[in-house]
Amino acid sequence: MGWFKRSKQKISPESQKRDIPDGQWVKCNDCGEIIHNKQLEINLWVCHKCNYHFRIGADEYVSILMDDNSFKETDKKMKSGDPLVFEDTKKYKDRINSTIKKSGLYDAVKTGTGKINGIKVSFACMDFRFIGGSMGSVVGEKIARAIDRAYNNRMPMVIVSQSGGARMMEAAFSLMQMAKTSSRLARLSEAKLPYISILTDPTTGGTTASYAMLGDVNIAEPNALIGFAGPRVIKETIGKDLPEGFQRSEFLQEHGFIDIISERKDLKNKLAQVLTYMS
Amino acid sequence: MAGNVLDFEKPIADLESKISEMKKYEDNLDIKEEISRLEEKVFKLKQNIYNDLTRWQRVQLARHPERPYTLDYIFMMTKDFVELHGDRLYRDDKAIVGGFATLDEYKVMIIGQQKGRDTKSNLYRNFGMANPEGYRKALRLMKLAEKFNKPIITLIDTPGAYPGLEAEQNGQAEAIARNLFEMSLLKVPVIVVIIGEGASGGALGIGVGDRILMLENTWYSVISPESCSSILWRSWEYKEQAAEALKLTAKDLLEFRLIDRIVPEPLGGAHKDHKTTAETLKQVLKEELAGLVKLKSDKLVQSRLEKFSRMGVYEE
Repeated sequence: MGWFKRSKQKISPESQKRDIPDGQWVKCNDCGEIIHNKQLEINLWVCHKCNYHFRIGADEYVSILMDDNSFKETDKKMKSGDPLVFEDTKKYKDRINSTIKKSGLYDAVKTGTGKINGIKVSFACMDFRFIGGSMGSVVGEKIARAIDRAYNNRMPMVIVSQSGGARMMEAAFSLMQMAKTSSRLARLSEAKLPYISILTDPTTGGTTASYAMLGDVNIAEPNALIGFAGPRVIKETIGKDLPEGFQRSEFLQEHGFIDIISERKDLKNKLAQVLTYMS
Repeated sequence: MAGNVLDFEKPIADLESKISEMKKYEDNLDIKEEISRLEEKVFKLKQNIYNDLTRWQRVQLARHPERPYTLDYIFMMTKDFVELHGDRLYRDDKAIVGGFATLDEYKVMIIGQQKGRDTKSNLYRNFGMANPEGYRKALRLMKLAEKFNKPIITLIDTPGAYPGLEAEQNGQAEAIARNLFEMSLLKVPVIVVIIGEGASGGALGIGVGDRILMLENTWYSVISPESCSSILWRSWEYKEQAAEALKLTAKDLLEFRLIDRIVPEPLGGAHKDHKTTAETLKQVLKEELAGLVKLKSDKLVQSRLEKFSRMGVYEE
């Protein structure tokens, strides 16, 4: 025992800085483990060492949750208008166009239909890479249409949320998307069709205060930040540090707002299992 | 009073105090003429100033500490108000008030956020920032109204839902989301009026209805100009620009067709004449109620759904 132990516990920062070839190696945000891209993908973008769930895009969730080749995307090219001709330090129009170019996405949600272990569903998945996964007119409209698709074809609705909240650059229009999507979900519920909400890191603001919290069953990935106000705002308001684990999935489950916390590798089967009881 | 005069109101306030000073010597005929000349001048000045307010100035008016608040409107517009308390879960939120009231020939449920007038009452009312229990109380009262087929009027005046630790722990997001969901299904008419500040989800949490009205000098948006400035400009200094960019006034929202109607305020703003403001609002509410109570409940719910479905601008 002990002959292989490190003589010094602390390694100097210089030695930690390894040359990581771009796009091949990723460092875990939580434990710092260096992981090869391929390995990370096989592990569904979860750190094999500490179980940290990396933030992933809508395409990745489609590949994880949908049966192979079953997903058919809808309203793919719906693009944001600029009703306010909004300008802060940058024009909103330019911000949209540069984000489209950079991300290859047209807005912050992907919608369509597909199968989960053979069960046909209407599916929507947000994507944080597009202006922080913010909800504006496009997100609202695409989700509303996806819910209508579920309603018209009597399918379950599944929404994966990942969003900083409503999009400021569409101001009141963004706000009204909360009412638009929630009222569609109410109609779906009246028709006794299931809606499962999946909350991933992060889900905050107007997204949480509308469809993300309205699932017949709410499922969260482990340790995801979920809340209405952001932690910084709350800290400033109360003038105190926030308790450990505040606004994380486990905290929300403890307080009664999340049914199930599911690791990413179990998510699909969990979803299918729940759905079999809801028809 | 002097402490509550906004910058752009100052020239008017100065002239008005001059007039009231001169009125002490009114017996003198020369002065009488001077007074009426000055009164004419004040009127014109008011017209000029109030017709040409910037968006930020409207925000300031919406927050004016002498503006009528929810309970003021309830007492001025209705009689036999029976205030009801509590969410039936664990608390009564003082930031939201509500109860049955009689508005001339209509028996209604009226609910709104309530601000305080001074430090003590503001602490009691939590500055009009509701916790989850407030939204749940509001929903409970709405369901009660539905049960007894009474129309619902909500009065919105909030700087936002309270961003506190307990609010999060008790499900602020869920409470607001639940209200949006349930309000869209209510089988009775719902009229929503922005009477002051309409900040974000905290406002919308009691804001899903058949008719959405805004008083002339109010604002309604997804975020306050200050918070927008701090996020997008990374400084609190750009609130005026943020207010312009957000296009958050009653006029803007009517142009965008996100609201149905603007309720005019007396010249100089609601804080200058509570009575006239309340009287105007009451007449408008009666007009709207007259139309809505005739509709069948399934038609009402269907057109409410369609109303919110139309909101949004996108390209395909």
